[in-house]
Amino acid sequence: MALSRREFFKTSGAGLAAGLLGFSLDPVEAKAQEFSLRYAKETTTICPYCSVGCGMIVHTLGGNLVNVEGDPDHPINEGSLCPKGASVLQLRDNKARVTKPLYRAPGAKEWKEVDWDWALDEIAKKVKKTRDATFTAKSRIKVKEKVGDQEVEKEVEAVVHRTNGIAHVGSAALDNEECYLLQKFLRGLGLVAIEHQARI
Amino acid sequence: MTNHWIDVKNANVVLIMGANPAENHPVAFRWILRAKDNGGKIICVDPRFTRSASKADIYAPLRPGTDIAFLGGMIRYILENKLYQEESVRKYTNASYLVSPEFKGPGDAAGLFSGYDPKKKAYDAKSWGYQKDADEKVRKDETLKDPHCVFQLMRKHYSRYTPELVSSITGTPKETLLKVYETYGATGKPDKSGTSLYAMGWTQHSVGTQNIRAMSIIQMLLGNMGVAGGGINALRGESNVQGSTDHALLFHILPGYMPAPSADLPTLEKYVEKYTPKTKDPQSANWLGNMNKYITSYLKAIYGAKATKENDFGYAWLPKLDPGMAPSWLVLFDNMSRGKYKGFFAWGQNPACSGSNAGKVRKALGNLEWMVTVNLFDNETASFWKGPGTDPAKVNTEVFFLPAAASFEKEGSITNSGRWSQWRTAALKPLGQSKPDAEIMNDLFFKVKALYAKEGGAFPDPLMNLTWNYGFKRADGTVRSVDIHAVAKEINGAFLDDVEEKPKPGQPAPKEKKFVGKKGEQVGGFAQLQADGTTSCGNWLYCQSYNQSGNLMARRGKKDPTGLGLFPEWSWAWPVNRRILYNRASVDLAGKPYNVKKAVVYWNPNAVLPDGKLGKWEGDVPDGPWPPMGDEKEGKKPYIMRADGVAAIFGPGLKDGPFPEHYEPLECPVQENLLSKQRVNPAMKMFSDGGLSEDVYATCDTRYPYVATTYRVTEHWQTGVLSRNMPWLMELVPRQFVEISVELAKEKNLKNGDPVEISSARGKVEAVAMVTPRIRPFKVANSTVHAVGLPWCFGWFTPGVGDSANLLTPTAGDANTMIPETKAFMVNIKARG
Repeated sequence: MALSRREFFKTSGAGLAAGLLGFSLDPVEAKAQEFSLRYAKETTTICPYCSVGCGMIVHTLGGNLVNVEGDPDHPINEGSLCPKGASVLQLRDNKARVTKPLYRAPGAKEWKEVDWDWALDEIAKKVKKTRDATFTAKSRIKVKEKVGDQEVEKEVEAVVHRTNGIAHVGSAALDNEECYLLQKFLRGLGLVAIEHQARI
Repeated sequence: MTNHWIDVKNANVVLIMGANPAENHPVAFRWILRAKDNGGKIICVDPRFTRSASKADIYAPLRPGTDIAFLGGMIRYILENKLYQEESVRKYTNASYLVSPEFKGPGDAAGLFSGYDPKKKAYDAKSWGYQKDADEKVRKDETLKDPHCVFQLMRKHYSRYTPELVSSITGTPKETLLKVYETYGATGKPDKSGTSLYAMGWTQHSVGTQNIRAMSIIQMLLGNMGVAGGGINALRGESNVQGSTDHALLFHILPGYMPAPSADLPTLEKYVEKYTPKTKDPQSANWLGNMNKYITSYLKAIYGAKATKENDFGYAWLPKLDPGMAPSWLVLFDNMSRGKYKGFFAWGQNPACSGSNAGKVRKALGNLEWMVTVNLFDNETASFWKGPGTDPAKVNTEVFFLPAAASFEKEGSITNSGRWSQWRTAALKPLGQSKPDAEIMNDLFFKVKALYAKEGGAFPDPLMNLTWNYGFKRADGTVRSVDIHAVAKEINGAFLDDVEEKPKPGQPAPKEKKFVGKKGEQVGGFAQLQADGTTSCGNWLYCQSYNQSGNLMARRGKKDPTGLGLFPEWSWAWPVNRRILYNRASVDLAGKPYNVKKAVVYWNPNAVLPDGKLGKWEGDVPDGPWPPMGDEKEGKKPYIMRADGVAAIFGPGLKDGPFPEHYEPLECPVQENLLSKQRVNPAMKMFSDGGLSEDVYATCDTRYPYVATTYRVTEHWQTGVLSRNMPWLMELVPRQFVEISVELAKEKNLKNGDPVEISSARGKVEAVAMVTPRIRPFKVANSTVHAVGLPWCFGWFTPGVGDSANLLTPTAGDANTMIPETKAFMVNIKARG
């Protein structure tokens, strides 16, 4: 008789139940089925770690993350994941995740939880204050000009429209659309000191 | 990557050098092993016997920072043994160009190229120019025999790199060197291909750019560009470091690698004039000749209707650098050390651990008035004010921590190393009050804008004029929530007016009006972009990704018509869904593939086009539709991004010489460079004259006798913010360690598991000694050099794991990219009582 592994367990389980325990294991079996991902919603994503771009399937049930696994249809990873990718579930189920904005006052020894609105208002004020104080409309620069056959260096005043007092680093972990928005916002503010992971 | 992950399976030889993909790109390693299954060979060159090395057919050890010597020896071997592909070298590279007779190489000029100014620590590249005819055409010798031609200059330059000398510099045994050279050199046969896989092991050196150039020269010589299983492949470290670079989160570029504007270019016209490469060669496609279309469409994307022809499309609103101003990473933190910034954003990055000379970075943060950090987890940067040796009471920086959503809690695209832009779907709502980064930017943008609207302030126009039409607007004009599709569509670009097709020169206008696109439609691809303000495009490289046919980045088609694993209907690759770059270099002058069995593209002369013309490309998306180069009328040269259409063996545009030359790392264990009198890269970026006590270097200093290098492990990621907080990963690799050889352990009386302290001229790190035969002493010249290695994924914020390896690394950078030299520096090691 050809028996699959599952059928074997079922058969022997039923035998055990009937022969030794004197009661049925059916509810246990039913409970086990409830744990399956059958009713979970599947969404596809790409792993947030290295640059291979492995496909993942994220299973959610009632607003909870219940499972993350490699996407078998993905042509690069063909369903497999490395230890980091396989741990992605723990990015959600994690007490260390910061879930409220934090603020640290000058000289303070600890963080303090604050409201989003307050934090963003404060940041906006500081951005504006620093921008207004360090904005440079014009700069004296040296340019080379051709006078006859000779190149002559001379100093001129040139429009630069930049904010000297604010710098930015990051972010290679943002989505493309966010990277584009971020550079647009930062350049809109006049920043030129913009750097990120690609330089290091 | 010029190619992509799956394509590695097509290689006959895989050269892993400056990377450790088995450890750092573990899932992609299957494609390397697939190449091996197909009969290919794997070569791994690394200071350590890594996980990648354990699967290699040939493992070659080399002393950190001596890659150019190793590769220079390979160039010599290829030339001496005539292993190069002659036709492609002659026709597809600048090998035949005649260089000015005034040019001198390091062999004739004491280790320097001609034109060096020791005061400026920089080269004047005048003598590196080409000989030109009266009509400005470059003089050539296609027989490659003229002593001034690039080919002969290259032969002369690398004739100095004999196997004996290379071996005594790199510490690689001569027999192993020759075995590598022979095996890789064999891919010069037209039907064979070799691929180069590299990462930070090449870039993080004072000669980083030249490391990669040396390999590029090898690939050009062997005809390994544009072919299946070939190319120069940078294995990028972060999920979207490719996309974030494409979108220009860097000081020197605008999206799509357009140069950042500077003050000496006051008008759009001047900008376009300077950055549009020119050519008189009818066979050069000179694709960047379209610069005016790309920059104008970018300005239209960010300023919308406010950008008009009359106001120069708002070009004046873009911030400008002064000429020569370069706030790259090392300079940025040097400026911060000197109190030049009041405010700072650390958005999804942890410079207190990732920055070279991290002690300098941490100290600099204390000079800020305010700092905003955006992250998932608290970290060494956000909490720098309570770091080791810091008294919070004395730090006056105000710090804001804004919690960001995780990758699967939001929607958008990311671009992998192989340039595939892949779409993610939001699986669930952000945890707690955390927000997608785009929402944080959106809220902040409108709050700053509202303050300017209310109070006025310093020239608000550049901010006030930004377009921001990303979804439902409230009564006050603010966007409630960012529709990420609207952003993706802006990046792709749209027609702002009906654009008519123009007749080609010499042809009559068509009777019926034909349109390239109608107002409101998405632009189909970057060839449709216009320079007159009738199109917008946030990033020309991504034009096509979200066009009238929809979001191509979300595609999941599994067709593979070539059988090479190109998967043209899976997601979308820039540019224009081309899966292998420079693919016109994979065919001969008639468009016939050098390797017919693995043809990436080929010219089908019998195909009939809709307009009745004959001939088209089949296979991958070609580098432009024109016929192959052999067609003297309409054919184009293969390297369409270069003004002269050919690949540059001789690179006069580099800051540290037109040929890669071996120089020792800034901190090194040897008194002299065995190749010349010039020990280190004379044009590298250093900070020793700045007067800061943090910027110290120790060369041939008995206090720091061992070479050190840094690396990553599979179980952790970058500085560890996204892995040290993961219980499973921490259990696997729980703390800082240092790999040392059995020989060094004996010398220092250390045992496996002993607590040790590693120190450099800049800092100290505690670690556990891992005594292993994976790392071996090098025989360099007549002495023995010990090397040690340590990962950089740890930091003080996680209790008991040890601090960042970057406390040891120097502030010194590559001459061209200014990437810090963190892969070769000097340390000491001692037992901790």
